[in-house]
This record gives sequence, structure tokens and C-alpha cells, in this order.
Amino acid sequence: MIQVIDLHKAFNGQVVLDGINLEIATGKITVVIGKSGVGKSVLLKHLIGLVKPDKGQVLVDGQDITQLKGRKLQDLKRRFSVLFQGGALFDSLSVFENIAFPLREKTRLPETEIVSRVHERLEQMNLSLEAGKKFPDELSGGMKKRVALARAMIQEPEIILFDEPVTGLDPPMTNTVFHLIRKTHGASNYTALVVAHDIPEVFSIADYVAMLHQGRIIAFGTPAEIQQHTDPMVQSFIRGEPDFLEA
Amino acid sequence: MIALIRYLGRWVLNWVQEAGSMMLFLLQGLALAFVPPFRPRRFLQEMNLIGVKSTLIIILTGAFTGMVLGLQGYYTLRKYGSEGALGAAVALSLIREMGPVLTAIMVSARAGSAVTAEVGIMRITEQLDALDTMAVNPMQYVVMPKLLAGLVAVPLLTAIFDVVGILGGYLVGVVLLGVSSGSYFSGMEQSVVPLDINGGIVKSLVFGLTIILVASYKGYYTEHGAEGVSRATNQTVVLSAVLVLAWDYILTSFFM
Ligand SMILES: Nc1ncnc2c1ncn2[C@@H]1O[C@H](COP(=O)(O)OP(=O)(O)OP(=O)(O)O)[C@@H](O)[C@H]1O
Ligand SMILES: [Mg+2]
Repeated sequence: MIQVIDLHKAFNGQVVLDGINLEIATGKITVVIGKSGVGKSVLLKHLIGLVKPDKGQVLVDGQDITQLKGRKLQDLKRRFSVLFQGGALFDSLSVFENIAFPLREKTRLPETEIVSRVHERLEQMNLSLEAGKKFPDELSGGMKKRVALARAMIQEPEIILFDEPVTGLDPPMTNTVFHLIRKTHGASNYTALVVAHDIPEVFSIADYVAMLHQGRIIAFGTPAEIQQHTDPMVQSFIRGEPDFLEA
Repeated sequence: MIALIRYLGRWVLNWVQEAGSMMLFLLQGLALAFVPPFRPRRFLQEMNLIGVKSTLIIILTGAFTGMVLGLQGYYTLRKYGSEGALGAAVALSLIREMGPVLTAIMVSARAGSAVTAEVGIMRITEQLDALDTMAVNPMQYVVMPKLLAGLVAVPLLTAIFDVVGILGGYLVGVVLLGVSSGSYFSGMEQSVVPLDINGGIVKSLVFGLTIILVASYKGYYTEHGAEGVSRATNQTVVLSAVLVLAWDYILTSFFM
């Protein structure tokens, strides 16, 4: 279980997270929704210690990742895998090597096993073996996203953080990716945090949904509970009402 | 007046602080060379980027530097009737000064700026963060092999610069202007002492480390998107040139 306790973060005086409390249940898929720029990515980066909070704690099975250092932090990070919003593919490595990277660095699998696993992922993401030889700057936006997904999921870690896994994908691919997240989750039962604003698709994969607004979690519950939520902010967000009506 | 002093004070403090954090960056980077996992391939890749790909430009600048030295040296020495010392003059200028300094400045312009841009882009596109989340130390994976390659490649490139420069001086002095070939090389042999060579090697080691340190540091701490990368690249070229010349003065006074 990951517990976020009273997390505060400001950048140059701009308050982004203003007392976040959130529990991410082990083996469940928790989806974080919220408007662009509310701090979903910043929250996600706190979970793996990439950003240090001004105040508050992030406990991963009781260990505060904001305080850990050295070996212990490394060991904790090994349990995570992250899909960055921008993909963060390594420019200097081919698609194949990008996907193989976590296996090469974190495991001692023989080369044949690595090749077969990477090929399997390429196929799953509807990428050809030819595409495997390309470099990230030769890919379309959606292809980059799929390569990054393949890289994030290749290792089947305990915890996966997905920052906007389907943004920029076409509708069939969006469904494929959500289906894939569900399916792999069914098989290996990892803990997942998914940042997404694809309403209503996210409700089909989520066990829990949290909505971030003005630095706080203003709603938390099962998809059904969120859809019934009385907060007008939540309702207007999931109905996709235009912003100017808010005032 | 007080505002000016305060401004200067802050400037000096910032500078000292940056120099300090650069030193820590260097120590951390070098220390990671002794910690597993070892990735010899990464070192070879960086040797290729920083060293091999700079060879052509080093040969070109080395040749022209040697030729200019041959030409200038010839007309200066002829006034004193000692054209025979041309080989010694060319070789000493190259080995002690021009070789290490010009090689460092050329490598910094070609490879240093490329290193800053590469590492800076890795920073702003979160590739360094991605490495970190995969439990790979980005300092160790990205920066350390570059520092080592700078340390190894720049002295080698300097040696190439020196040799090509000496041949360039030969071309102008001996082939075009008629200095005797024997005196060109024997003068060189008699006047170049091991201290000259060692001094040149020490300089090129220090310069190599300095320029790649500045380049990776500026890239590693890039902020503010694409504009930040171009600013960092600029700073790298300027700062490394200044530091190389400052080090040159310090080391020269040491070896005199
Ligand atoms: N490193 C940083 N320095 C300064 N400000 C930052 C930094 N990272 C994020 N911010 C600011 O924090 C706020 C939240 O950013 P964040 O990327 O978390 O938004 P988001 O909810 O993920 O939005 P989107 O859905 O568009 O991805 C933004 O206003 C952004 O400008
Ligand atoms: Mg985001």
C-alpha cells in the first residue's frame, strides 16, 4: 500500500499540492483524474521520490520514500515502473533497446529470453519488428507512447505508475491499452496508479478514482461512487462541461 | 555604491558556490567509476563521440597551426640568422602551449557543446529521471563515461595535434622555405626535454577533464525547456574557454 500523507509542494511560490491525502491500495488500479495543470504529474513524481515535497510523507509499505537514501531507496525503486507523460524514451537507443533496457539493467535474463519478451511486447503494442529498429525521433507521437508503455510494462513490477497512458492514441488503440492494463493486471495483480482524463473509459479499468483539484483530493471512491458524487466540481468535470461555466 | 558592492558580493558568492558544486559533481562522477556495474561499452561510445569524431577537426587545426608557426617562426628566426632553430621553436610552442590549449578549445566547441545539448535534452525530456526510476544512477550511466572519455581522449587528440602541427611546420619551413630537414628535426630533438612533454600531458589531462566537466554539469542542471538547453550550451563554450586559459596560466607558471 502507498499512503500519501498531507503532501505539500510549491514551485517558486506557486502552490501545486496543498495537503494531499491518498491511499493507493495494493493490487488495485487507482485512477487520478483532474484538469490539466492541477498537479497530477507532480503528485506521481512524488510517489517515486523524483520530486521532494515541501512537507508530508509518501509511505510505501510503511517506508517513507521522501526520507530514504542510498541502497534502501534503490531497492524500493526496483519495485516500481513508471510511464512518463512524455515517454522519456532514450534518444540514443533503438526502440528495441529502449524496451529491453529494464530487463538488461534489472535482471540477468539470457539474451534469447530478452529478445522474445521484447518481441512479444512489440506485437502487443501493434508495433512491427521493423519499428523495433527505429530510433525514438523517427516515431510518431502515438508510437512513442506505445513504446514507452511497452517499456514500462515489460518487467511486470509490483507497482506501475502510468502518466496519461492513452493520451494521443487513436480510439482503437486507447481501448487496446486499457484492455491491456486490465489484462496484465488480472494476470500479475500489480498495484497501479493511472493518471488519465479519458472519461468514461477510465471508469472501466479503475478500482478507485481520485479527483485532484486545487491541490487537494476532492473526491475519492469507486467509479460508481464518483459518478454519483454530489460535488459540482466532480460532476462538471466528468460531464466535460466547459470551464467558463464554473465562475 | 553599496548596491554595487552588494551586487559584486552576490556575484562572487554565486560563483564560489557554483565552483563548489561543480567540484562535488566531479568527485561524485569519478568515484562512480569504481562502483559496479561497469559498462565498458558506454565508455567506448563516449570515446567515439568525444574523441574519434573530433579527430578530423584536430588534424585540420593542427596542420594549419603548425604551418603558421613555421611561417612566423621562419621570418622571426631569419632576422637573427638562426633558421636552424625552427624545428625547436615549432615543437616547443606546440607541445607546451598551442597543442593542449587549441585542442581543448576545439574539443570544447565540437564535443563539449554536444555533450551539454545531449545531457540537457535528457534532463528536460525526463530521460535522466527515467533512468533513476529504473534504479540506474544517471550520474553513473550518463556522466561518468563522458568524464573518463574526456580524460583519455583529449590527451590523445593533443598528441595528434602536436604531431600534425610539427609536420605542418616542416611542410612550410623545410619544403617551401628551404630550411634543412636535418636541422629541423635535430634542433627539435636537442631542445625538447621530458619536462616539456610531461607539462603538455598534464595540461591536456586537466583541460580534458575541465571541459567535459563543465559540459556535463551545465547539461545535467539544465532548466526551463529548450531555451534552457541553448543557454546551457552557450555557457559551456564560454566557460570552458575561460577556464582552459586560466588553467593554462596556472599550470604554465607551475612547469616553468
Ligand atoms: N519543475 C517544475 N518547476 C516549476 N513548476 C512546475 C514544475 N513541474 C510542474 N510545475 C507546475 O506545476 C503545475 C502542475 O503541473 P503538472 O505537470 O503536475 O500538471 P498535470 O496535472 O500533470 O497536467 P496535464 O494533465 O496537462 O499533464 C503546473 O502549473 C506546472 O507549471
Ligand atoms: Mg501531467
